[in-house]
Amino acid sequence: MNINATLIGQTIAFIVFVWFCKKYVWPPLMGAIEERQKKIADGLAASDRAEKDLELAQAKATEQLKDAKAQAAEIIEQAKKRANQLVDEETQKGHAEREKIIASGYAEIEAERNRAKEDLRKQVAALAVAGAQQILQREIDAQAQNDIVEKLVAEL
Amino acid sequence: MASEYTTSEYIKHHLTNATMCSTENGIAFNKACSDAGFWAWHVDSLAWSVALGLLFILGFRAVAKKATSGVPGKLQAFIELIVEFVDDNVKSTYHGKSDLIAPLALTIFVWVLLMNLMDLVPVDWLPSIAGLIGQYGFGMDPHDVYMKAVPTTDLNVTFALALGVFVLILYYSIKMKGFGGFTKELTMQPFNHWAFIPVNFILETVTLLARPLSLALRLFGNLYASELIFILIATIGYMQLPLHFAWAVFHILVLPLQAFIFMMLTIVYLSLASEDH
Repeated sequence: MNINATLIGQTIAFIVFVWFCKKYVWPPLMGAIEERQKKIADGLAASDRAEKDLELAQAKATEQLKDAKAQAAEIIEQAKKRANQLVDEETQKGHAEREKIIASGYAEIEAERNRAKEDLRKQVAALAVAGAQQILQREIDAQAQNDIVEKLVAEL
Repeated sequence: MASEYTTSEYIKHHLTNATMCSTENGIAFNKACSDAGFWAWHVDSLAWSVALGLLFILGFRAVAKKATSGVPGKLQAFIELIVEFVDDNVKSTYHGKSDLIAPLALTIFVWVLLMNLMDLVPVDWLPSIAGLIGQYGFGMDPHDVYMKAVPTTDLNVTFALALGVFVLILYYSIKMKGFGGFTKELTMQPFNHWAFIPVNFILETVTLLARPLSLALRLFGNLYASELIFILIATIGYMQLPLHFAWAVFHILVLPLQAFIFMMLTIVYLSLASEDH
């Protein structure tokens, strides 16, 4: 275990190994490790971001759903209102129509009655005249007493 | 344990490195190198450490080349686990900006760990295989074939690592604080007075030198001791089996811990060198 030239050979070997390690071993290994670390860090950051995005999207979706529901409720409300209005209008129209029909019915009836009355009156007049004619035929000229008959007719 | 050894011969054999040196008669091995002085090479330490270093560097390189930032394979996930473990430790300790510290720490941790793990290979396997190859392949006496397979039980190996760290400590000290700042740190602490400059200088120099020295000796001492005890256990006959198991289980904790301590202290020393006090 004496010190001899082995020391020199060993020192040279040591220097060569360290140089080789520094030049060809350490950089690629460390590079791979650091690159992977970066990848993992990026991946984690991306997943964080995605989670946040998801949360945001969910909040937005909830908001939109709420809006949609409110809108739907409003539309239904409006539709109901409009339906009621229509029903009212139609009912009113119906009423008016009915009134009109009834009124025209009445008017027609009235006219019919008046016409019948007139006919009746004329017939009665004619009957009265005919009666009177038959009564007076012998003594009174129809023409001479026509004004009296007319008067009678008007009084009916 | 091979029966033709005495116990002390056996231990000595297991704790001797395969040595190579060049003499006047050409390249010589082992005992022929006993007086080669500094210019001898522990070929087993060098071969095992370089092989394990290549295993680390090429294995990691193969994964790094195919590294994907998508879903990683099991091997890539395992490698990334180690890389991130080292990176976390570096980031929590070293606050300056440097793209050398982290790969340096990774290299030290994995390489030292792999070298330490050789301690768990049963102590007789590799020396016996080497002995057989020496005997039948090269016609050598197997007693003369040495194979110490745990590189971190070789002081040269741990000192080489610590030396590299020491040079970096000096480099970062001067780079971050300037030469003047570094000199001031060595001479004006802990007693901030001109009269104490020599005292400060001695204290600070000892502190500075103690860092690589303690790094190297701690790793070497721990591994050498544990290897020695593995060898001692191997000398006691059949009783060695449960003991060996227990000691090996204990070292599943100790070996990574020593690698971790070496890496951590390297980071701490370099961060101290880079920071102003």
